[in-house]
Amino acid sequence: MRYTYYPGCSLHATGVAYEKSIRAVFGKLGAELVELDDWNCCGATVYTSVRKTVAYAISARNLALAAKAGDDVLAPCSACYYVLNRTREALTEQPELREHVGAALAEAGLELGFDTPVRHPLEVLLTDVGLDRIVKAQTHSLEGFRPACYYGCQIVRPYPALKGDPELPMAMERLFTALGAAPVDYPPKVRCCGGMLVATFPEVARKLCTELTGWARERDANCLVTVCPLCQANLDLLNLSSGKNGSPGRLPVLYFTQLVGLALGCSPQDVGMQHGLAPMTVEALPLPMASGRN
Amino acid sequence: MRSPKLRAAMDTPGVLSKNEKELRAAFLADIDRIPGAARLRQCIQCGTCTASCPVSYAMDLTPRQTIAMFRAGAIEDLLKSRTIWVCASCYQCTMRCPADISVTELLYAFKRTAMERGIFPPKFPVHVLAKTFADNVARYGRNFEVGMILRYFMRTRPLELLKRRRDGLALWRHGRLPLRPSRIKGIDGLRKIIAKAETFDLPQEHLEHERVTDAVGYATIGR
Repeated sequence: MRYTYYPGCSLHATGVAYEKSIRAVFGKLGAELVELDDWNCCGATVYTSVRKTVAYAISARNLALAAKAGDDVLAPCSACYYVLNRTREALTEQPELREHVGAALAEAGLELGFDTPVRHPLEVLLTDVGLDRIVKAQTHSLEGFRPACYYGCQIVRPYPALKGDPELPMAMERLFTALGAAPVDYPPKVRCCGGMLVATFPEVARKLCTELTGWARERDANCLVTVCPLCQANLDLLNLSSGKNGSPGRLPVLYFTQLVGLALGCSPQDVGMQHGLAPMTVEALPLPMASGRN
Repeated sequence: MRSPKLRAAMDTPGVLSKNEKELRAAFLADIDRIPGAARLRQCIQCGTCTASCPVSYAMDLTPRQTIAMFRAGAIEDLLKSRTIWVCASCYQCTMRCPADISVTELLYAFKRTAMERGIFPPKFPVHVLAKTFADNVARYGRNFEVGMILRYFMRTRPLELLKRRRDGLALWRHGRLPLRPSRIKGIDGLRKIIAKAETFDLPQEHLEHERVTDAVGYATIGR
């Protein structure tokens, strides 16, 4: 198994823990990640409000580079996952746009290429690796973890990465239950965290994030698990509770790959737990050798 | 909310002002080839978009109302609302729309029209973020978060920076804010791509705008 890894801007900055944990998990499971050489920003959903063809062209540059590499693209950031897939769809469906973008890419000596699938690591772990193999590789139990599984927007809409009902995905719940954790029932799992509103309308983003962490706490979760660097940063930053005067402490916000990594025996440092603003106090404990799990 | 222009339009229903006609033509030309957005004409005004939107409470016009405003021939007024800039791109409306309209794509197109014409709500700096983001990409090829946020706040609300320094500090302390940008090797190529692609986005005067007539809304019934 080999993938073209497209980290996107966030995974080299606010989402550094996501990058560390993805590399750790894929390494443990024997899947190779080759970083896309000289990738550029996908443009996110912001660029498209400035210029249409340019937005598609800069994202098509990445697709063109990936097509040369040949392997499936792994896009861990939900916005990158969405934007690259949107570009693939638009280039397929709109001949005129395809022509324009092709002409723009030619300026840099690149050729159009958009046949390579763009996939999210959660889906790759479940389909290509499979739950059985992950459980077989497990060395530590996630007992004591009660995650609220939060999927956010752009991996379920408008190009659902996961099988099943996009309004009520259960992929992470299945994964973590198999690894010994006890995911809580968390209905707002596909509600928006506010995305870029954290910069433009902070009061709106704060309300959305406070609600999301509040609901998780009401259901007795001890961590919130995300699949996107922007969701993680927003929920981590806008997690209002101070932990003083008897209020519950801040809810730790983790990446799903961090939890999987812990179960596979990676150290907390390996999966970047030190980068979280709210510390996670529960630890993954080694499974007894004769548990039958390994 | 109701400008004199909108009131005038309401006095003579179904007839567009010259300005509105031009805006409408530009907007329709923009969305014409976007499959989900061009279905705008099939909106049944059911309000599913508004009800599904997690941020509609913070909008001055709801998503459903923006489509109604467009149909009534009041694009300028809708561009002056906060609505299109409050959208967080969560696609809940797009996913649930029974007429299969991509409301999110529509809002992107409205934003592009607003940026191109410089029509914004009064004293409203939010669109500057999109511009700053685009500048950042042209400069480095990647999004340099610290630079973008600093520049955005310096240009718009410098005082906010003071209020939110704690957030930045917390991220920095946890090793999540590289203070130096990384520039891609192929930046020259990327700039050429941007420059060339831009030529297709600038207003295309020579293109004919079919289908745009003076009449909008009820006046079109039976034609």
